Amino acid sequence: MTVAAWTFVMVGLSFALYIAVAIWTRAGSTGEFYVAGGRVPPVVNGMATAADWMSAASFISMAGIISFSGRDGSRYLMGWTGGYVLLALLLAPYLRKFGKYTVPDFVGDRYGSDVARLVAVVCALFVSFTYVAGQMRGVGIVFSQFLGVPIDVGVIIGMGIVFFYAVLGGMKGITYTQVAQYCVLIFAYMVPAFFIAFQMTGNPIPQLGLGGTLSDGSGVHLLERLDALSTDLGFTRYTDGRLGTFDLFCITTALMVGTAGLPHVIVRFYTVPKVAAARISAGWALVFIAILYTTAPAIAAFVRTNLLQTVPGRPYATAPAWLHEWESTNLIAWTDKNGDGLIDFTDGPAFAGKPAFADGRGPHGERVVTNVPTDNANELYIDRDIMVLANPQIARLPNWVVGLVAAGGLAAALSTAAGLLLVISTSVAHDLCKKVIAPQISERRELVIARVAAGVAVCVAGYFGIHPPGFVAEVVAFAFGLAASSFFPAIILGIFSRRMNVFGAVSGMIVGLSFTAGYIVYFKFVHPELNDAAHWWWGVSPEGIGTIGMLFNLAAAVLVASVTPAPPEAIRRLVEDIRVPRGAGEAHEVSA
Amino acid sequence: MRTSSDRASYWRWNLFWLAILLSIWFLASLGCGVLWVDWLDRFRIGGFPLGFWFAQQGSILIFVALIFAYVWIMNRLDRRFGVDEQSGGRGRRP
Repeated sequence: MTVAAWTFVMVGLSFALYIAVAIWTRAGSTGEFYVAGGRVPPVVNGMATAADWMSAASFISMAGIISFSGRDGSRYLMGWTGGYVLLALLLAPYLRKFGKYTVPDFVGDRYGSDVARLVAVVCALFVSFTYVAGQMRGVGIVFSQFLGVPIDVGVIIGMGIVFFYAVLGGMKGITYTQVAQYCVLIFAYMVPAFFIAFQMTGNPIPQLGLGGTLSDGSGVHLLERLDALSTDLGFTRYTDGRLGTFDLFCITTALMVGTAGLPHVIVRFYTVPKVAAARISAGWALVFIAILYTTAPAIAAFVRTNLLQTVPGRPYATAPAWLHEWESTNLIAWTDKNGDGLIDFTDGPAFAGKPAFADGRGPHGERVVTNVPTDNANELYIDRDIMVLANPQIARLPNWVVGLVAAGGLAAALSTAAGLLLVISTSVAHDLCKKVIAPQISERRELVIARVAAGVAVCVAGYFGIHPPGFVAEVVAFAFGLAASSFFPAIILGIFSRRMNVFGAVSGMIVGLSFTAGYIVYFKFVHPELNDAAHWWWGVSPEGIGTIGMLFNLAAAVLVASVTPAPPEAIRRLVEDIRVPRGAGEAHEVSA
Repeated sequence: MRTSSDRASYWRWNLFWLAILLSIWFLASLGCGVLWVDWLDRFRIGGFPLGFWFAQQGSILIFVALIFAYVWIMNRLDRRFGVDEQSGGRGRRP
């Protein structure tokens, strides 16, 4: 069977599975819709959290980013896993004890203020929408890549699927669908990884192969060979970094803290039955995430070595077949600057931006690129995403593996999109309608509103997927900085300080959020030409500024709280109460 | 958990373990993976430069171990102070 046929089969089978699971587990009450009734076993919840967390970006792009940035790529590896330690130790058990459904619930009740609740709702909606637009785009890209349909059609198919199980099933449906999606995506990620690790190093375990020796009989360690190849071709050594240490420190911290502050991750810990279950399910989530996150750097190094060994200096005509194939999908481009017919690959971009192709072929049979070439010697453009997508072809794996990777990419994008849509619908139906606008509505009405809100959110997300605003990709990275500088300190202080009051928390959130957002907007949108290390404050890039914003938030909160009245006795008792596990589970029964 | 001093003592133990575990978290990731990574790269573990290993593999494995250690410690602490959910009838869901 052809690649396309296998892709149809794999994607079709996986979609049928998700829909079957969604029908099996549809929600009947608001409690089931928002938090799956609070009865999800920890291992299951951990698996669903992992699928929720790992987006199309993790599945498709991350290995490619690491492959091209070497050691600096570790900021994503550590940032997007280290946050789970903060989550497990500082947030999950206490928020589970608190009960209720959402982060705005906690902020609103802990600080006894609807203003604080509204600030939290707005933050949650902003973060979720920027995220979900990127996911919908990811669904469209995977469809167009593998099935040859236009991106817009792919987005609409994805919308239909997500609509079906998010609107019908709520959190309960999503959780069990995500378990199925995790299995699909991790299988799809690991199968090519085992093959390529075995081919390169003779050891099928990618994590061990990364530190192993090459299987070509030279006895050289893979990373040493990769470092040598990189230096020979004019790249930085693969195991060396380029980013400033303090900048790297700030970016990694912002990603970690931002991860712990993202509403669609936090809400998962409301779905387990007990405090002890919340703790352990964070551990399971990280186990399931770590399987992919420790494999990604291995894939990155394998593919990079393979690429540097087989492509540079070779005539275009005899380059590996995958290079020609991916050139036809616009993801690879070659422009023969010195006219020697050889592919010169070295540091620096071959031309500015994404390739623009003209009709016809060049003298060596390559597609003609119309971009103005840069004056460096590099002639090859490679889209970072193909590191995972082309992996099965580079390693010459059977066609069904290619189909599997397509199904895995879709599983990753769909599971994250569904989790985010649920946060959006919960924020609208529960935090806004039930808690602020119309507290008297019945549970049945609230559930209808939640479903309608989820439906509207799917359409809005689909719209942004088809017409992506140019800033989406930029903004997703900054969502972490904004979450780090707003939510995280307010929640932490709410748990660990009895003295923290509404004035401190709100002024902290305002200071942190406006400083971080202002810095990002200034360097990214107002004066993008100044966006370099010479102009950054303290040498911190906009990606890492959330860490500084978080410190400002903490300082402002503590300062303001120390000169304003202590919170009322009832709130101090609430804080005392969430610090001990016994008695968990009551909040749901009261409010559901 | 009968008196408020029990409660305070339980909380102090909790903070004590948090401080220890979060210190390890910081040292393993932001310490070994970022701040001292170049110095650690002078040593090797198998085919890995040590700093590179911490940055791309070791820190993640240590994160996993930290959460499970925390779970184990806290479950023991809960039982010792009688605040675990199993021993209290009120904690069960219907």
